[in-house]
Amino acid sequence: MMGLRYLSNVVTLQLDERKCDGCRRCLEVCPHAVFVYVNKRARIADRDACMECGACARNCPPEAISVDSGVGCATGVIIGAIRGAEPTCDTTTDSACC
Amino acid sequence: MVTPVGNVPRVPTQLKFRDTLGRWKARWVIGRMRYRVAPGLYAVGNPTSKSLVFVSANYKMSFDYLRSRLHGRDAWIMALDTKGINVWCAAGKGTFGTDEIARRVSQTRLVEIVSHRQLILPQLGGPGVSAHEVKDRSGFRVVYGPIRADDLPAFLDAGLKATDDMRLVRFSTVDRLVLAPVELMMAGKYLLWVALALFILSGLGRDLYSFERVPTVGGPTLLLLFAAYVAGGVMTPVLLPWLPGRAFSLKGALAGLVVLVAVGLYSTFGSQWSPALWDVAAWTILAPAIASFIGMNFTGASTYTSLSGVRREMRVAVPLQIAGGVVGLALWIAARFV
Repeated sequence: MMGLRYLSNVVTLQLDERKCDGCRRCLEVCPHAVFVYVNKRARIADRDACMECGACARNCPPEAISVDSGVGCATGVIIGAIRGAEPTCDTTTDSACC
Repeated sequence: MVTPVGNVPRVPTQLKFRDTLGRWKARWVIGRMRYRVAPGLYAVGNPTSKSLVFVSANYKMSFDYLRSRLHGRDAWIMALDTKGINVWCAAGKGTFGTDEIARRVSQTRLVEIVSHRQLILPQLGGPGVSAHEVKDRSGFRVVYGPIRADDLPAFLDAGLKATDDMRLVRFSTVDRLVLAPVELMMAGKYLLWVALALFILSGLGRDLYSFERVPTVGGPTLLLLFAAYVAGGVMTPVLLPWLPGRAFSLKGALAGLVVLVAVGLYSTFGSQWSPALWDVAAWTILAPAIASFIGMNFTGASTYTSLSGVRREMRVAVPLQIAGGVVGLALWIAARFV
């Protein structure tokens, strides 16, 4: 991806390889090829490429994957902070963030 | 077209000028929140009970991308009610999600229209959709298609097989460029007020206030403000891979410094405008601070920044930006009286 990399050693992605049943849904949904399929199980190949979108965790039936997913958006963090809440995209108003 | 459950609207695969104009307007936030299609079922070509079902957001741009890539095919499109939001953002919010899919399958009575039990979803719907849960609740098996609708023909011709490349999201220069207008319009709304305030304050001086000073001081002030705005809102997105640092706030600050030097060179060699030392000091701090803040907000439009990473960069960047804004403004005001 044009060599674009974000900050290192910061994401909350975790994979419990013992729970993985090799369904490969995580490989199917990950937009950054974070996972590889080795010996009939998934493994994290590139943790720093993870953007915490949460697709993998949500599509893992044995719940082997955990990640603190959220929108990686500075504006969202600011809006959330102002309201004393979690980062939010705030689509209730006519804002066109998305 | 007529189906066992009633009439289903047929949509063409050929996009018209109106659709292209609508997409362009949406990029510039004109009527963007109302740019949607009604949720529900649509027909492409002459689908039968065996034809594939594609799931879309009801953001018209998403919908149009999908139908325009199904040229020459017979298919069903089930548009979810994502409140006019695109697939990936809606997935993050959960509106392009398991619940809405189950609801829409039920509302469209899809089980009576197709004999198979398969839904093709855009891959970026993943964050909001639990494929196994959709199967349990609706009876339909989810197949995640490619990231980009452009790859749909190849994906379909290969028998619903995606190459590795089809599953990778990109962030090319064009991708970044088309997202810049949204950031510019959002930042512009606030910056307009700042510009107005600074323009008015430009009349300040040792004689308290003079209207003559407003254009002579205000002009360069607005130019510098605009330069910082462009640095953060255009240069940072476009030059993203080449600006040093991984944090967007750092890239923005550097872009701000670059335009500062450019304006400085212009004022030294290209014009009669010679700024006072205090003004130079003020803008040396303000330009990077403003550009850094605007550039940092591009993280929301990016395809690869994690929330944890954004938080970490903000912890350092935001206090510096605030301090820069305050100190810079103080210096600028002082420059009016010195």
